[in-house]
Amino acid sequence: MNTQQMPGSQNQSSFAATLRAALVHNAVWPISVLVLILVVNAIVAPAFFSIRIQDGRLFGSMIDVLYRGTAPAMIALGMAVVIGTKGIDLSVGSIVAVVGSVIAWRIKEGDPHLVILFTALAVGIVCGMWNGLLVAVLDIQPIIATLILMVAGRGIGLMVNLIYGGTDPSFESELLQGLSVGNIGLIPTRLILFVVIFAGLWLLLRRTALGLFIESVGGNPAAAQLAGIPSRLIKFSAYTISGFMTGWAGIILTADVHTSDPVKVAMFSELDAILAVVIGGGSLMGGRIYLGMTLLGALVIQTMVTSILMSGMPPEYNLIIKALLVLIILLLQSNNFRAAVIALLGRRK
Amino acid sequence: MAEPTSYRVEMRGVSKTFPGVRALDSVDLHLREGEVHALLGENGAGKSTLIKILTGALERDEGSVLLDGKPVEVHTTAEAQALGISTVYQEVNLIPTLSVTKNLTLGRQPTRYGLISWRKARMMAEERLKRLRLDIDPERPLGYYSVAIQQLVAIARALEDDTRVLVLDEPTASLDAEETELLFQIVRDLKAKGIAVVFITHFIDQVYQIADRISVLRNGRLVGTASTAELPRLKLISLMIGRELEKLGNRPVRAADDTIGAPALEAENLGRKRVMSPFDLTVHAGEVVGLAGLLGSGRTQTAKLIFGAIKPDSGTMKIASKPVGHFSPRGSLQQGLAFCPEDRKADGLIGELTVRENIILSLQAKRGWHHQLSRKDQDRLADDMIKALAIATPDAEKPVGQLSGGNQQKVVLARSLVSQPTALLLDEPTRGIDVGAHAEIVALIRRLCTEGLALLVASSEFDELVAVSDRIAVLRDRNKVAEIAGDEITRENIINAIAHR
Amino acid sequence: MRDRYLPLLATIAVFAALYIAGGMFYPRIFSSLVFGHLLADNAFIIIAAIGVTFVIISGGIDLSIGSMIGFVGVAMASLIQAGWDPVLVLVLVLVFGLLYGAFQGFIIDFCDIQPFIATLSGLFLLRGACFMVNLNSTPIRSPFVSWFNNIYVDLPGGGFLTGGALVMLFMLALAIVIAHYTRFGTNVYAMGGDRPSAILMGMPMRRTTVMIYALAGFYSAVAGVIYAMNTSSGYPLAGNTLELSAIAASVLGGTMLTGGVGLVVGALFGGMILALISTIIIFNGSLNGAWIMIATGFLLFAFIVIQRWIVSSFSSAAKAD
Repeated sequence: MNTQQMPGSQNQSSFAATLRAALVHNAVWPISVLVLILVVNAIVAPAFFSIRIQDGRLFGSMIDVLYRGTAPAMIALGMAVVIGTKGIDLSVGSIVAVVGSVIAWRIKEGDPHLVILFTALAVGIVCGMWNGLLVAVLDIQPIIATLILMVAGRGIGLMVNLIYGGTDPSFESELLQGLSVGNIGLIPTRLILFVVIFAGLWLLLRRTALGLFIESVGGNPAAAQLAGIPSRLIKFSAYTISGFMTGWAGIILTADVHTSDPVKVAMFSELDAILAVVIGGGSLMGGRIYLGMTLLGALVIQTMVTSILMSGMPPEYNLIIKALLVLIILLLQSNNFRAAVIALLGRRK
Repeated sequence: MAEPTSYRVEMRGVSKTFPGVRALDSVDLHLREGEVHALLGENGAGKSTLIKILTGALERDEGSVLLDGKPVEVHTTAEAQALGISTVYQEVNLIPTLSVTKNLTLGRQPTRYGLISWRKARMMAEERLKRLRLDIDPERPLGYYSVAIQQLVAIARALEDDTRVLVLDEPTASLDAEETELLFQIVRDLKAKGIAVVFITHFIDQVYQIADRISVLRNGRLVGTASTAELPRLKLISLMIGRELEKLGNRPVRAADDTIGAPALEAENLGRKRVMSPFDLTVHAGEVVGLAGLLGSGRTQTAKLIFGAIKPDSGTMKIASKPVGHFSPRGSLQQGLAFCPEDRKADGLIGELTVRENIILSLQAKRGWHHQLSRKDQDRLADDMIKALAIATPDAEKPVGQLSGGNQQKVVLARSLVSQPTALLLDEPTRGIDVGAHAEIVALIRRLCTEGLALLVASSEFDELVAVSDRIAVLRDRNKVAEIAGDEITRENIINAIAHR
Repeated sequence: MRDRYLPLLATIAVFAALYIAGGMFYPRIFSSLVFGHLLADNAFIIIAAIGVTFVIISGGIDLSIGSMIGFVGVAMASLIQAGWDPVLVLVLVLVFGLLYGAFQGFIIDFCDIQPFIATLSGLFLLRGACFMVNLNSTPIRSPFVSWFNNIYVDLPGGGFLTGGALVMLFMLALAIVIAHYTRFGTNVYAMGGDRPSAILMGMPMRRTTVMIYALAGFYSAVAGVIYAMNTSSGYPLAGNTLELSAIAASVLGGTMLTGGVGLVVGALFGGMILALISTIIIFNGSLNGAWIMIATGFLLFAFIVIQRWIVSSFSSAAKAD
C-alpha cells in the first residue's frame, strides 16, 4: 500500500486519519503526479491550458495530450489485461509494425479500405493468439514467449514491405486519414473511437466473468484451477485481447504517418505501456486489472511527454524522466527501502 | 534411566512461545549414541519447533541443550553444523541442475590460488558418496537421479566426519518401498558409526522398521518416550491422538438411514503410483462418509484424486452414475462435484479478490465466462453465505486476504456450497477454526446431508468424524485399510483399524 | 556431464551447418579474412552476450546493455574531446559500468524488484543520459584509439584478428574461469537452478546478486568501449535494442532463460550464429535486413521450444527412474 507516515502530524490525529485514508486509495498517487505536472505547466507555460476552435475542431495542448495519448493508451489497456494474468507482452511494438506494414501492402493492392481495417485488426489478433499459444499451451514464460515476436515482428514488417518491392511504403487513404486527423463535431474521431473501444473492453471484462477469471488466474493459479477455471483458455484470451488492442493502436499510429516504418514505429511502446500499468497501481505480480487507473497512468505519461515538448526541452529528456519516475515508484513500493528510509529519518532525529 | 553421560544429546525442559502459542512446553528429548530415535506427533505438536531449536534455526526461551554431556548454545544452523548436528529436510534442498559433485561441494569447494580445483572437489565428492556406499556418477546433474538418490546425496552433503547427530525430517515422504529400504540401509550404517539419528515421519510402519526408541509430542508437550519394542502400535497411536482412556459420549442422534439415496460418487480401483494405492469408495446421496487417518496417510490425496486435481493413473470414477471421462477439477465441477481444499492459502483463496468474488467463483466457472451472474444474484449469494456461515466481515467487498483464518476457511466452503454440487468433498473443514465455528460447521455438514447432499469429509479429528459420519474409510500409509459403518463407528475402532496390520 | 554439453553441441551444430551452407553458396565465407571480420565486427555483441549469460544463468535478465553501450561511447567521446587522458577515461567508464551494474543488482535484491523492471529503468535512464550528454554523434580522436584500431594479429590464410576480437577472446577466457573455477561462478548456477535451495544451502544471495549484475554491467561497458573505438565515435543512439541481440545470442548459445543451465562459451557461438546469418544475408544482395530479424526470431523460437522439451523430458525421466 502506498501509505506514508508523515512525521509531525500525530498531534492532528483526526486530520492525519483522513489523510491516511485518502493516501490508501490507489488513485491518489497518479492523480497527484498529474496535478503536479499541470501545476508546473501552469507556472512555466500557461498556454498549455488554452483550448480554441480551429478548422471546425478543438485545438490546444490538452487536446493534443488526448489525441497523442490514444494509441499508447490502447496498448496500455491491453497490457493491463495481460499483466492481470501475471504475464507480460513485450511484443506490442512489433505487432504495431506488422499491422502497419500489412495496411500499407493491402492499400497498394487496392483492397477496399474498410476490408483493410478489418484485416489489420485480424493481424493484431493473430499476433496476440501466437503469444497466447506460446504462453498458455506451450507453457513458456511470458517474458520469453513474447520476446520471440518482439525480435521477429519488425523483420516481418520489413518483409511485408518487400512484397511490393519495398520502394515506397507510404500511402494515401481517406478512411485512415479520417481516423487520424478527422473529427466528428468538434471532437477528434479517434477520441470517439477510443471511448467506444474502452467501453467495449470494460463491458467484456466486467459484464462477463472474463475479468474475474483473468484476475483469479493471475492472483492464485492453483486455486483458480481447483475452482474450475480453464486457466489456459483464459491466459490465451488475455494475449488475444492485447493483440486486438495493439491492432487498433497500430491502425492509428500507421494512419498518423501514412507510411509503414517497421523499424522505428512504436519504439519503446511496450515499456510505456508497462509503465502506464505500474503508475496506475497495477502490480506486475498480477491478480487485478485496473482499466481506469491504467488509463490514468497513460494520461500521466502523455501529459509529461507533451509538457516536455512544450517547454522546449529536447524530447529525448522524456526517457530520463520516465526512468526516474519508474525508479521512484518501484522504490516506494519496496518494504525494505521504506524501512531503511524510516530508520534513516529516525536516526537523524 | 541410563547414566546421563551416555546421551549424545540431552534437551532439558525446552520451552518456546510464539505470539499467542505455547509451541513447546518444557520438553525433554534424550538421544543416545548410535540410535535411531523416531519423533512423532500430529500437526502442531511441536516437532519442527523442537528440531529447529536443536539445529539452531530457532532459539529456545527456556531449558538447556547438552551435547555429549556439555552444555551448548546454538544460534545458527552453521554453528549447529560445526558442532556436528546436521539436518536433511523432506524436500531435497539441493540444486537439480548442478552435478552431484557441485552439490556436494557447494560453498566449500577446495581452492588453489583462489580457483576451484575440480580434481580435489571430485575426490571430496567421491569420498562423501563412498561413505554412504552410493555408487553413482558424480558428474551427472543431480536431477538426473531419482528422488531417493537425491535424498541420499542430501544426506551425503549433510554428513561430516565429525557428525554426531543427524536429523532426517520426513525423508521418506516421496519414496517408494524399495527406495525407503535403500535409505534405511544407510541409516543403519550411520547408526553403527555411533551417530544419533532423529527420524521424523508419518509412516507408522517405518517407525517399527527402523526406530530403536520413540518420542511422542502432542500440543507442545512430550507425552512419552519408550523403546520401540515396549510401545505397541495401539498405544503409540493413542499417545499421538491423546485422550486414550476417555470414554467418548455416544454418537449424536441423527436422521434415519432412509435419507440415504442413490450412489453420488463411485470410485473403483482409483489410484496413482507414489500418491495413493488404488481404492474403492462409494458415497451415496444423503450420506456423510469420513476419511480417517493420521497425517500423511493419504487423506488429501484421496480427495484430490476423486476431484481430478491429481490425475489418477488407474481406476474409474462415476459421478451420479455417469462415468468421468477426463479427470480435471473443471470437469468434476461440471458433473456436480465440489472440493474444499485443506490448504486454503495455497489452493483455495484468491487473496486480492473480494469475499463476494471468491464465493461466486466456482458457480461462475461452472456457468462459463459469458453467462455472468447478475450483480444482484452475486450480492444475494454472497450475503446469504455470509449469514449462513456467520462469516465475520464488514461487507462482501472486503479483499478476502484481509479476513482471519477461520473466516477464510468459511469463504472457501461457501464457494463450494454455492456451486450447487451433488457431492461435496471437504478436506479438513474445521482446521484453524475457533470452537464456536467448529460446532457450526459440524452442524452444517449434517444439515447438508439431510438435504440430500453426498459428503466426503477428510479429517485428522477423529471425534469430529465420529460425530458427523455415516460411514468411515480408514487410511494408513496411503492405503485404504478399512471401512467402518453404523454402530461400529467409534474412536477406538478407528484407532484399531489404523494400528492393525 | 554429457547432458550439460548437449545444448552447446546443438548450437555448434547449427553454427557449423550455417557456416558450411553459407560457404557452399559464397566460398569467400570460408576464408580466414571473412572469419576474422566476423569476429571483429561482432566482438562487442559477443562480449555483451557473455555478460548477460551470467545474469540469465542466475535466473535474471539485464535489459540495460544496449543503453550502457551507447552511454559508454558518448561519455568517452565527450571526455576525450574535453581533453581527458584516454586511458583514464577508459578506466572511468569501465568502473562506471561495474558500479551501475552493482547498483542494479543491489536494488533487485534489497528492494525485491523484478530484474526485468529494475534493468528496464536502467535502459531508460542510461539512454536518457546519452541524450543529456550529447544529442549528436561526436568523433573520438586520440592516438590511443588509433593505436588500438591498428592492432592486428595475422591468421593463416591472409586473415587477421583485430584488437576488438582479441579483447573479446580475453573476456571470454576470463568469463570461463569465473564461471567454472570460482565459488562465485558455481553460486550463479546454484541461484538460477533452485533459488530456495540455494538460500538453504547458505549461499550469500545479496553479495552474489550484486556481483552478477556488476559483472554484466562491466561486460556491457567493455562492449561499449570496443564499439566506440571501432566506430571512432560516440553516438547517443548507439547500441539501441542491442540487449535483444545479446540475449538472443546467449539463448542461441544454449543458455536457458529459466536459469541454472548454460555455458558462457555458448555466447561466442550464439553471437557467431547471429553474425553468420547477417553475413550470408548481406552476401546475398537481394535479401534484406528483415531476414536477419526473422531468422533470429525463428531460431529463438526453435531453441526455446527445444529447451522446454529438454526440461520436461528431463524432469519426467527423473520421476520415472
